[in-house]
Amino acid sequence: MAFPYYVNPEQMTQDKAEFARKGIARGKSLVTLEYDGGILLLAENPFKLSKIGEIYDRIAFAGVGKFSEFDRLRKMGIQWADVEGYRFSRDDVRGKALANLYSQAIGEEFNRSIKPFEVEIVVAEVGDPQFAGHETNALYQVGFDGTIQDQTGFCVIGGSDDAIQGHMESNFRTGLPPGDALRLGRDALQRAENGSPELEPESLEACLLESERGRRKFRRLSADDVRGLLGA
Amino acid sequence: MRFRDGYNGSSFMELLESEYPHLSPKGDRLFAAAVGEVPAVAHGTTVIGLRFAEGAMVAGDRLATMEYRVASREIEKVFATDDYSLMAIAGAAGPAMEMARLLGIQFEHHEKIEGEPLELEGKANTLAHLIKQNLPAAMQGLVVVPIFAGYDRRRQVGRLWRYEVTGGRYEEKEYDSVGSGSLFARESLKKSFKPGANREEALAMVLEALADAADEDRGTGGVDAVRGIYPRVKTCTSKGIEEISDPQVAGVHQSIIDGRRRPVE
Repeated sequence: MAFPYYVNPEQMTQDKAEFARKGIARGKSLVTLEYDGGILLLAENPFKLSKIGEIYDRIAFAGVGKFSEFDRLRKMGIQWADVEGYRFSRDDVRGKALANLYSQAIGEEFNRSIKPFEVEIVVAEVGDPQFAGHETNALYQVGFDGTIQDQTGFCVIGGSDDAIQGHMESNFRTGLPPGDALRLGRDALQRAENGSPELEPESLEACLLESERGRRKFRRLSADDVRGLLGA
Repeated sequence: MRFRDGYNGSSFMELLESEYPHLSPKGDRLFAAAVGEVPAVAHGTTVIGLRFAEGAMVAGDRLATMEYRVASREIEKVFATDDYSLMAIAGAAGPAMEMARLLGIQFEHHEKIEGEPLELEGKANTLAHLIKQNLPAAMQGLVVVPIFAGYDRRRQVGRLWRYEVTGGRYEEKEYDSVGSGSLFARESLKKSFKPGANREEALAMVLEALADAADEDRGTGGVDAVRGIYPRVKTCTSKGIEEISDPQVAGVHQSIIDGRRRPVE
Protein backbone atom coordinates (compact mmCIF):
# COMPACT_ATOMS: atom_id res chain seq x y z
CA MET A 1 0.00 0.00 0.00
CA ALA A 2 1.35 3.42 -0.98
CA PHE A 3 1.54 6.06 1.71
CA PRO A 4 -0.34 9.30 0.94
CA TYR A 5 2.00 12.20 0.19
CA TYR A 6 2.03 14.44 3.24
CA VAL A 7 4.10 17.49 4.02
CA ASN A 8 3.80 19.36 7.26
CA PRO A 9 2.75 22.88 6.21
CA GLU A 10 4.57 24.49 9.11
CA GLN A 11 7.79 22.74 8.24
CA MET A 12 7.40 23.52 4.56
CA THR A 13 6.78 27.22 5.19
CA GLN A 14 9.78 27.43 7.46
CA ASP A 15 11.98 25.69 4.91
CA LYS A 16 10.86 27.98 2.14
CA ALA A 17 11.38 31.08 4.26
CA GLU A 18 14.85 29.95 5.22
CA PHE A 19 15.67 29.25 1.58
CA ALA A 20 14.47 32.70 0.49
CA ARG A 21 16.31 34.45 3.34
CA LYS A 22 19.57 32.74 2.42
CA GLY A 23 19.18 33.72 -1.22
CA ILE A 24 18.52 37.35 -0.34
CA ALA A 25 21.38 37.46 2.18
CA ARG A 26 23.87 36.67 -0.58
CA GLY A 27 23.15 40.02 -2.28
CA LYS A 28 23.78 43.61 -1.23
CA SER A 29 21.30 45.81 0.61
CA LEU A 30 19.37 48.81 -0.55
CA VAL A 31 18.23 51.92 1.32
CA THR A 32 15.22 54.10 0.52
CA LEU A 33 14.75 57.33 2.45
CA GLU A 34 12.74 60.51 2.36
CA TYR A 35 14.58 63.83 2.06
CA ASP A 36 13.36 67.43 1.88
CA GLY A 37 12.66 67.28 -1.87
CA GLY A 38 11.29 63.75 -2.27
CA ILE A 39 12.64 60.22 -1.97
CA LEU A 40 16.16 58.85 -2.45
CA LEU A 41 16.76 55.22 -3.47
CA LEU A 42 20.31 54.03 -3.00
CA ALA A 43 22.09 50.72 -3.53
CA GLU A 44 25.61 49.41 -3.70
CA ASN A 45 25.71 48.37 -7.34
CA PRO A 46 28.74 48.96 -9.56
CA PHE A 47 27.14 47.04 -12.47
CA LYS A 48 25.03 48.12 -15.43
CA LEU A 49 22.07 45.92 -14.44
CA SER A 50 19.85 48.18 -12.35
CA LYS A 51 18.12 47.38 -9.10
CA ILE A 52 16.14 50.60 -9.13
CA GLY A 53 13.71 51.64 -11.85
CA GLU A 54 10.99 54.07 -12.84
CA ILE A 55 7.45 52.68 -12.77
CA TYR A 56 5.25 55.70 -13.38
CA ASP A 57 5.09 59.47 -12.90
CA ARG A 58 5.45 59.43 -9.10
CA ILE A 59 6.35 55.79 -8.49
CA ALA A 60 9.69 53.99 -8.38
CA PHE A 61 10.67 50.38 -7.82
CA ALA A 62 13.66 48.89 -6.05
CA GLY A 63 14.52 45.23 -5.58
CA VAL A 64 17.18 43.07 -4.00
CA GLY A 65 17.87 39.35 -4.26
CA LYS A 66 17.71 37.39 -7.48
CA PHE A 67 18.00 39.79 -10.42
CA SER A 68 15.90 37.83 -12.92
CA GLU A 69 13.03 37.62 -10.45
CA PHE A 70 12.86 41.21 -9.25
CA ASP A 71 13.49 42.57 -12.73
CA ARG A 72 10.50 40.61 -14.01
CA LEU A 73 8.49 42.08 -11.14
CA ARG A 74 9.67 45.56 -12.13
CA LYS A 75 8.49 45.03 -15.70
CA MET A 76 5.13 43.70 -14.50
CA GLY A 77 4.73 46.85 -12.44
CA ILE A 78 5.40 49.07 -15.47
CA GLN A 79 2.91 47.07 -17.54
CA TRP A 80 0.24 47.35 -14.89
CA ALA A 81 0.83 51.08 -14.36
CA ASP A 82 0.84 51.99 -18.06
CA VAL A 83 -2.34 50.01 -18.73
CA GLU A 84 -4.04 51.55 -15.69
CA GLY A 85 -3.04 55.05 -16.78
CA TYR A 86 -4.22 54.39 -20.32
CA ARG A 87 -7.53 52.90 -19.20
CA PHE A 88 -8.29 55.60 -16.62
CA SER A 89 -6.05 58.62 -16.09
CA ARG A 90 -2.46 59.24 -15.06
CA ASP A 91 -3.55 60.39 -11.61
CA ASP A 92 -5.37 57.09 -11.04
CA VAL A 93 -2.14 55.11 -10.93
CA ARG A 94 -1.39 54.68 -7.22
CA GLY A 95 1.55 53.22 -5.39
CA LYS A 96 -0.66 51.52 -2.80
CA ALA A 97 -2.56 49.54 -5.42
CA LEU A 98 0.68 48.44 -7.03
CA ALA A 99 2.23 47.43 -3.71
CA ASN A 100 -0.86 45.34 -2.93
CA LEU A 101 -0.63 43.62 -6.29
CA TYR A 102 3.02 42.84 -5.68
CA SER A 103 2.19 41.53 -2.24
CA GLN A 104 -0.41 39.18 -3.69
CA ALA A 105 1.76 38.00 -6.60
CA ILE A 106 4.77 37.33 -4.39
CA GLY A 107 2.65 35.75 -1.63
CA GLU A 108 0.97 33.47 -4.14
CA GLU A 109 4.33 32.37 -5.49
CA PHE A 110 5.53 31.67 -1.95
CA ASN A 111 2.51 29.48 -1.19
CA ARG A 112 2.16 27.65 -4.46
CA SER A 113 5.54 26.97 -5.90
CA ILE A 114 8.26 24.76 -4.51
CA LYS A 115 10.85 27.49 -4.88
CA PRO A 116 9.71 30.88 -3.54
CA PHE A 117 11.02 34.18 -4.88
CA GLU A 118 14.36 35.21 -3.41
CA VAL A 119 13.49 38.89 -3.49
CA GLU A 120 12.55 41.83 -1.36
CA ILE A 121 11.17 44.94 -3.00
CA VAL A 122 10.18 48.54 -2.26
CA VAL A 123 7.50 50.58 -4.00
CA ALA A 124 8.21 54.29 -3.40
CA GLU A 125 5.67 56.96 -4.21
CA VAL A 126 6.58 60.61 -3.93
CA GLY A 127 3.95 63.14 -2.86
CA ASP A 128 2.90 65.87 -5.25
CA PRO A 129 2.30 69.29 -3.67
CA GLN A 130 -0.13 70.12 -6.51
CA PHE A 131 -2.27 66.99 -6.05
CA ALA A 132 -4.80 67.42 -3.24
CA GLY A 133 -4.92 64.39 -0.95
CA HIS A 134 -1.64 63.01 -2.33
CA GLU A 135 0.92 65.45 -0.94
CA THR A 136 2.79 62.96 1.25
CA ASN A 137 5.34 60.29 0.37
CA ALA A 138 4.75 56.57 0.79
CA LEU A 139 7.16 53.64 1.08
CA TYR A 140 5.81 50.10 0.78
CA GLN A 141 8.09 47.21 1.53
CA VAL A 142 7.16 43.73 0.30
CA GLY A 143 9.00 40.65 1.58
CA PHE A 144 9.71 37.28 -0.09
CA ASP A 145 6.49 35.78 1.33
CA GLY A 146 4.32 38.72 0.29
CA THR A 147 4.33 40.45 3.67
CA ILE A 148 3.61 44.10 3.04
CA GLN A 149 4.65 46.95 5.32
CA ASP A 150 3.96 50.64 5.06
CA GLN A 151 7.14 52.41 6.22
CA THR A 152 7.67 56.00 7.20
CA GLY A 153 10.91 57.91 6.78
CA PHE A 154 13.13 55.17 5.46
CA CYS A 155 13.31 51.48 4.75
CA VAL A 156 16.11 48.99 4.31
CA ILE A 157 15.90 45.80 2.28
CA GLY A 158 18.43 43.09 1.61
CA GLY A 159 20.61 40.57 3.36
CA SER A 160 22.80 41.92 6.11
CA ASP A 161 20.53 44.77 6.98
CA ASP A 162 20.71 44.83 10.80
CA ALA A 163 23.73 47.12 10.97
CA ILE A 164 22.27 49.31 8.23
CA GLN A 165 18.90 49.44 9.93
CA GLY A 166 20.57 50.38 13.20
CA HIS A 167 22.55 53.18 11.61
CA MET A 168 19.47 54.55 9.88
CA GLU A 169 17.37 54.38 13.05
CA SER A 170 19.87 56.36 15.08
CA ASN A 171 20.75 58.93 12.40
CA PHE A 172 17.68 59.48 10.24
CA ARG A 173 15.67 62.63 10.67
CA THR A 174 13.01 64.20 8.49
CA GLY A 175 13.69 67.09 6.12
CA LEU A 176 17.30 66.23 5.26
CA PRO A 177 18.74 68.08 2.26
CA PRO A 178 19.64 65.74 -0.66
CA GLY A 179 23.40 65.80 0.00
CA ASP A 180 22.93 64.82 3.67
CA ALA A 181 20.42 62.11 2.71
CA LEU A 182 22.89 60.66 0.22
CA ARG A 183 25.71 60.72 2.78
CA LEU A 184 23.51 59.05 5.38
CA GLY A 185 22.44 56.36 2.91
CA ARG A 186 26.02 55.70 1.83
CA ASP A 187 27.30 55.57 5.41
CA ALA A 188 24.55 53.10 6.26
CA LEU A 189 25.36 50.87 3.26
CA GLN A 190 29.05 50.92 4.23
CA ARG A 191 28.12 49.18 7.47
CA ALA A 192 26.85 46.07 5.68
CA GLU A 193 28.72 42.89 6.62
CA ASN A 194 29.13 41.91 2.99
CA GLY A 195 29.59 45.47 1.67
CA SER A 196 32.60 47.68 1.08
CA PRO A 197 33.69 50.01 3.89
CA GLU A 198 34.52 52.79 1.38
CA LEU A 199 31.87 53.23 -1.32
CA GLU A 200 32.91 55.34 -4.29
CA PRO A 201 30.24 57.18 -6.35
CA GLU A 202 30.94 54.71 -9.19
CA SER A 203 29.80 51.78 -7.02
CA LEU A 204 26.51 53.42 -6.03
CA GLU A 205 23.25 53.24 -7.89
CA ALA A 206 21.28 56.32 -6.84
CA CYS A 207 17.89 57.50 -8.07
CA LEU A 208 15.59 60.27 -6.91
CA LEU A 209 11.88 60.88 -6.97
CA GLU A 210 11.76 64.66 -6.94
CA SER A 211 8.42 66.13 -5.88
CA GLU A 212 9.06 69.46 -7.64
CA ARG A 213 9.90 67.88 -11.00
CA GLY A 214 7.41 67.91 -13.90
CA ARG A 215 5.24 64.93 -14.74
CA ARG A 216 7.92 62.23 -14.56
CA LYS A 217 9.53 62.71 -11.18
CA PHE A 218 12.06 59.89 -11.42
CA ARG A 219 15.69 60.77 -12.07
CA ARG A 220 18.72 58.50 -12.21
CA LEU A 221 21.86 60.13 -10.83
CA SER A 222 25.17 59.75 -12.64
CA ALA A 223 28.39 59.13 -10.71
CA ASP A 224 29.19 62.82 -11.24
CA ASP A 225 25.81 63.85 -9.83
CA VAL A 226 26.48 61.67 -6.79
CA ARG A 227 29.97 63.07 -6.38
CA GLY A 228 28.59 66.62 -6.59
CA LEU A 229 25.90 65.95 -3.99
CA LEU A 230 28.30 64.19 -1.63
CA GLY A 231 30.81 67.04 -1.91
CA ALA A 232 28.23 69.77 -1.40
CA MET B 1 -0.52 40.87 -13.42
CA ARG B 2 0.91 37.46 -14.31
CA PHE B 3 4.46 36.50 -13.45
CA ARG B 4 5.01 33.40 -15.54
CA ASP B 5 3.39 33.42 -18.94
CA GLY B 6 2.37 37.06 -19.37
CA TYR B 7 3.62 39.25 -22.21
CA ASN B 8 7.31 39.94 -21.65
CA GLY B 9 8.29 42.38 -24.42
CA SER B 10 8.80 46.10 -24.55
CA SER B 11 5.82 47.12 -26.72
CA PHE B 12 2.78 48.65 -25.07
CA MET B 13 0.64 48.00 -28.15
CA GLU B 14 1.57 44.31 -28.17
CA LEU B 15 0.87 44.18 -24.44
CA LEU B 16 -2.65 45.47 -25.08
CA GLU B 17 -3.08 43.05 -27.98
CA SER B 18 -2.08 39.98 -26.00
CA GLU B 19 -3.30 40.77 -22.47
CA TYR B 20 -6.04 43.39 -22.87
CA PRO B 21 -7.53 42.92 -26.36
CA HIS B 22 -10.65 44.90 -25.36
CA LEU B 23 -8.45 47.98 -24.89
CA SER B 24 -6.46 47.49 -28.08
CA PRO B 25 -6.97 50.15 -30.74
CA LYS B 26 -6.63 47.72 -33.61
CA GLY B 27 -8.89 49.11 -36.28
CA ASP B 28 -10.12 45.83 -37.72
CA ARG B 29 -11.64 44.80 -34.43
CA LEU B 30 -13.29 48.14 -33.80
CA PHE B 31 -14.58 48.78 -37.28
CA ALA B 32 -15.12 45.31 -38.77
CA ALA B 33 -18.65 45.17 -37.41
CA ALA B 34 -19.52 48.77 -38.27
CA VAL B 35 -21.69 49.04 -41.35
CA GLY B 36 -23.08 52.02 -43.17
CA GLU B 37 -21.76 55.51 -43.41
CA VAL B 38 -19.58 56.96 -40.68
CA PRO B 39 -21.41 59.90 -39.09
CA ALA B 40 -19.77 63.33 -39.26
CA VAL B 41 -16.77 63.61 -36.97
CA ALA B 42 -14.35 66.42 -36.19
CA HIS B 43 -11.49 66.88 -38.63
CA GLY B 44 -8.22 68.69 -38.09
CA THR B 45 -7.16 70.82 -41.01
CA THR B 46 -3.63 72.08 -41.70
CA VAL B 47 -0.34 71.19 -40.01
CA ILE B 48 3.21 71.94 -41.13
CA GLY B 49 6.62 70.50 -40.29
CA LEU B 50 9.99 71.81 -41.36
CA ARG B 51 13.67 71.38 -40.63
CA PHE B 52 15.69 74.36 -39.49
CA ALA B 53 19.21 74.90 -38.21
CA GLU B 54 18.52 73.76 -34.63
CA GLY B 55 16.20 70.84 -35.36
CA ALA B 56 12.56 70.56 -36.41
CA MET B 57 9.65 72.98 -36.14
CA VAL B 58 6.02 71.86 -36.23
CA ALA B 59 2.98 74.10 -36.43
CA GLY B 60 -0.76 73.76 -36.77
CA ASP B 61 -3.83 75.98 -36.82
CA ARG B 62 -6.35 75.46 -34.02
CA LEU B 63 -9.56 74.79 -35.92
CA ALA B 64 -11.45 71.51 -36.16
CA THR B 65 -14.34 71.27 -38.57
CA MET B 66 -17.29 68.92 -38.81
CA GLU B 67 -18.46 69.04 -42.41
CA TYR B 68 -18.94 72.80 -42.96
CA ARG B 69 -19.29 73.72 -39.32
CA VAL B 70 -16.79 74.53 -36.59
CA ALA B 71 -16.26 71.59 -34.25
CA SER B 72 -13.64 73.31 -32.09
CA ARG B 73 -11.81 76.62 -32.32
CA GLU B 74 -9.02 75.65 -29.95
CA ILE B 75 -8.10 72.07 -30.75
CA GLU B 76 -4.51 70.93 -30.13
CA LYS B 77 -2.92 69.36 -33.18
CA VAL B 78 0.76 69.37 -32.22
CA PHE B 79 1.62 66.86 -29.49
CA ALA B 80 4.90 66.16 -27.74
CA THR B 81 5.09 62.37 -27.86
CA ASP B 82 8.19 62.44 -25.65
CA ASP B 83 11.06 64.83 -24.85
CA TYR B 84 12.49 64.66 -28.38
CA SER B 85 9.58 64.02 -30.76
CA LEU B 86 6.44 65.75 -31.97
CA MET B 87 3.38 64.47 -33.76
CA ALA B 88 1.07 66.81 -35.66
CA ILE B 89 -2.32 65.50 -36.67
CA ALA B 90 -4.63 66.06 -39.60
CA GLY B 91 -7.72 64.11 -40.59
CA ALA B 92 -10.22 62.50 -38.21
CA ALA B 93 -9.39 64.25 -34.94
CA GLY B 94 -10.64 61.59 -32.51
CA PRO B 95 -8.61 58.62 -33.79
CA ALA B 96 -5.63 60.92 -34.47
CA MET B 97 -5.52 62.24 -30.89
CA GLU B 98 -5.90 58.73 -29.54
CA MET B 99 -3.00 57.70 -31.76
CA ALA B 100 -0.83 60.51 -30.38
CA ARG B 101 -1.70 59.48 -26.82
CA LEU B 102 -0.88 55.83 -27.50
CA LEU B 103 2.36 56.79 -29.18
CA GLY B 104 3.44 58.80 -26.14
CA ILE B 105 2.64 55.88 -23.82
CA GLN B 106 4.45 53.48 -26.16
CA PHE B 107 7.66 55.56 -26.18
CA GLU B 108 7.65 55.97 -22.40
CA HIS B 109 6.79 52.29 -21.85
CA HIS B 110 9.71 51.16 -23.98
CA GLU B 111 12.07 53.57 -22.25
CA LYS B 112 11.06 52.35 -18.79
CA ILE B 113 11.15 48.64 -19.64
CA GLU B 114 14.46 48.74 -21.50
CA GLY B 115 16.08 51.55 -19.56
CA GLU B 116 16.81 53.45 -22.79
CA PRO B 117 14.61 55.42 -25.19
CA LEU B 118 13.93 54.31 -28.76
CA GLU B 119 16.00 55.88 -31.52
CA LEU B 120 14.10 58.46 -33.57
CA GLU B 121 13.96 56.06 -36.50
CA GLY B 122 12.33 53.46 -34.23
CA LYS B 123 9.79 56.02 -33.08
CA ALA B 124 8.90 56.91 -36.68
CA ASN B 125 8.41 53.21 -37.48
CA THR B 126 6.20 52.73 -34.42
CA LEU B 127 3.85 55.39 -35.74
CA ALA B 128 3.81 53.67 -39.15
CA HIS B 129 2.54 50.46 -37.48
CA LEU B 130 -0.24 52.39 -35.73
CA ILE B 131 -1.35 54.00 -38.99
CA LYS B 132 -1.33 50.66 -40.78
CA GLN B 133 -3.53 49.22 -38.03
CA ASN B 134 -5.95 52.07 -38.61
CA LEU B 135 -6.42 51.15 -42.30
CA PRO B 136 -9.87 49.54 -41.89
CA ALA B 137 -11.10 52.71 -40.18
CA ALA B 138 -9.46 54.83 -42.86
CA MET B 139 -11.35 52.87 -45.54
CA GLN B 140 -14.54 54.01 -43.84
CA GLY B 141 -13.48 57.63 -43.91
CA LEU B 142 -11.60 58.00 -40.63
CA VAL B 143 -8.28 58.85 -42.21
CA VAL B 144 -5.39 59.86 -39.98
CA VAL B 145 -2.44 61.49 -41.72
CA PRO B 146 0.11 62.86 -39.28
CA ILE B 147 3.50 64.51 -39.54
CA PHE B 148 6.12 63.13 -37.22
CA ALA B 149 9.19 65.18 -36.38
CA GLY B 150 11.94 64.96 -33.85
CA TYR B 151 15.51 65.54 -32.91
CA ASP B 152 17.77 62.60 -33.73
CA ARG B 153 20.24 62.63 -30.86
CA ARG B 154 22.51 60.04 -32.48
CA ARG B 155 22.87 62.00 -35.73
CA GLN B 156 22.34 65.38 -34.02
CA VAL B 157 19.85 66.68 -36.60
CA GLY B 158 16.15 67.38 -36.77
CA ARG B 159 14.19 64.97 -38.98
CA LEU B 160 10.62 64.72 -40.20
CA TRP B 161 8.33 62.21 -41.81
CA ARG B 162 4.97 62.13 -43.45
CA TYR B 163 2.70 59.10 -43.69
CA GLU B 164 -0.02 57.66 -45.83
CA VAL B 165 -2.96 55.50 -44.75
CA THR B 166 -1.18 52.23 -45.68
CA GLY B 167 1.49 52.95 -43.07
CA GLY B 168 3.87 54.14 -45.78
CA ARG B 169 6.38 56.50 -44.29
CA TYR B 170 8.43 59.05 -46.18
CA GLU B 171 11.21 61.10 -44.77
CA GLU B 172 11.22 64.72 -45.89
CA LYS B 173 14.47 66.65 -46.09
CA GLU B 174 13.00 70.15 -46.04
CA TYR B 175 9.34 70.61 -45.12
CA ASP B 176 5.91 69.11 -45.49
CA SER B 177 2.28 69.87 -44.76
CA VAL B 178 -0.85 67.72 -44.50
CA GLY B 179 -4.54 68.49 -44.12
CA SER B 180 -7.12 70.38 -46.14
CA GLY B 181 -4.99 73.52 -46.57
CA SER B 182 -1.74 71.64 -47.14
CA LEU B 183 -1.64 72.31 -50.88
CA PHE B 184 -1.46 76.04 -50.26
CA ALA B 185 0.93 75.73 -47.35
CA ARG B 186 3.30 73.62 -49.44
CA GLU B 187 3.13 76.08 -52.33
CA SER B 188 3.97 78.87 -49.92
CA LEU B 189 6.91 76.96 -48.43
CA LYS B 190 8.15 76.06 -51.89
CA LYS B 191 8.86 79.75 -52.42
CA SER B 192 9.97 80.76 -48.94
CA PHE B 193 11.91 77.72 -47.67
CA LYS B 194 15.55 78.28 -46.96
CA PRO B 195 17.71 75.37 -45.75
CA GLY B 196 19.45 75.93 -42.42
CA ALA B 197 17.18 78.79 -41.43
CA ASN B 198 17.43 80.13 -37.89
CA ARG B 199 14.56 80.05 -35.41
CA GLU B 200 13.09 83.45 -36.36
CA GLU B 201 13.25 82.73 -40.10
CA ALA B 202 11.66 79.32 -39.63
CA LEU B 203 8.85 80.82 -37.55
CA ALA B 204 8.19 83.43 -40.24
CA MET B 205 8.08 80.69 -42.91
CA VAL B 206 5.58 78.46 -41.09
CA LEU B 207 3.30 81.32 -40.09
CA GLU B 208 3.34 82.70 -43.63
CA ALA B 209 2.47 79.24 -44.97
CA LEU B 210 -0.37 78.90 -42.43
CA ALA B 211 -1.66 82.35 -43.35
CA ASP B 212 -1.64 81.34 -47.03
CA ALA B 213 -3.46 78.09 -46.24
CA ALA B 214 -6.08 79.92 -44.16
CA ASP B 215 -6.50 82.45 -46.94
CA GLU B 216 -7.33 79.88 -49.61
CA ASP B 217 -8.81 76.98 -47.62
CA ARG B 218 -12.06 77.56 -45.69
CA GLY B 219 -11.27 74.73 -43.29
CA THR B 220 -7.98 76.16 -42.05
CA GLY B 221 -8.37 78.40 -39.04
CA GLY B 222 -5.49 80.82 -39.15
CA VAL B 223 -5.53 83.46 -36.44
CA ASP B 224 -8.68 84.17 -34.45
CA ALA B 225 -7.81 87.74 -33.41
CA VAL B 226 -11.17 88.31 -31.71
CA ARG B 227 -10.75 85.41 -29.30
CA GLY B 228 -6.98 85.64 -29.18
CA ILE B 229 -6.38 82.15 -30.58
CA TYR B 230 -3.08 81.70 -32.42
CA PRO B 231 -1.51 78.78 -34.26
CA ARG B 232 0.49 76.39 -32.10
CA VAL B 233 4.18 76.24 -32.95
CA LYS B 234 6.62 73.86 -31.26
CA THR B 235 10.28 73.14 -31.81
CA CYS B 236 12.27 70.00 -31.15
CA THR B 237 16.01 70.51 -30.72
CA SER B 238 18.91 69.15 -28.70
CA LYS B 239 17.34 71.00 -25.75
CA GLY B 240 14.09 69.07 -26.07
CA ILE B 241 10.61 70.37 -26.89
CA GLU B 242 9.80 74.06 -26.65
CA GLU B 243 6.60 75.89 -27.41
CA ILE B 244 6.78 79.31 -29.03
CA SER B 245 4.69 81.70 -26.95
CA ASP B 246 1.43 83.20 -28.22
CA PRO B 247 2.73 86.81 -27.99
CA GLN B 248 5.71 85.88 -30.16
CA VAL B 249 3.50 84.09 -32.70
CA ALA B 250 1.09 87.05 -32.65
CA GLY B 251 3.92 89.50 -33.29
CA VAL B 252 5.26 87.65 -36.32
CA HIS B 253 1.76 87.09 -37.64
CA GLN B 254 1.04 90.82 -37.31
CA SER B 255 4.08 91.75 -39.38
CA ILE B 256 3.00 89.30 -42.10
CA ILE B 257 -0.49 90.81 -42.16
CA ASP B 258 0.88 94.38 -42.12
CA GLY B 259 3.01 93.55 -45.17
CA ARG B 260 -0.06 92.38 -47.04
CA ARG B 261 -2.53 95.07 -45.96
CA ARG B 262 -3.72 97.51 -48.60
CA PRO B 263 -4.93 101.02 -47.79
CA VAL B 264 -8.68 101.72 -47.85
CA GLU B 265 -9.46 103.81 -50.96
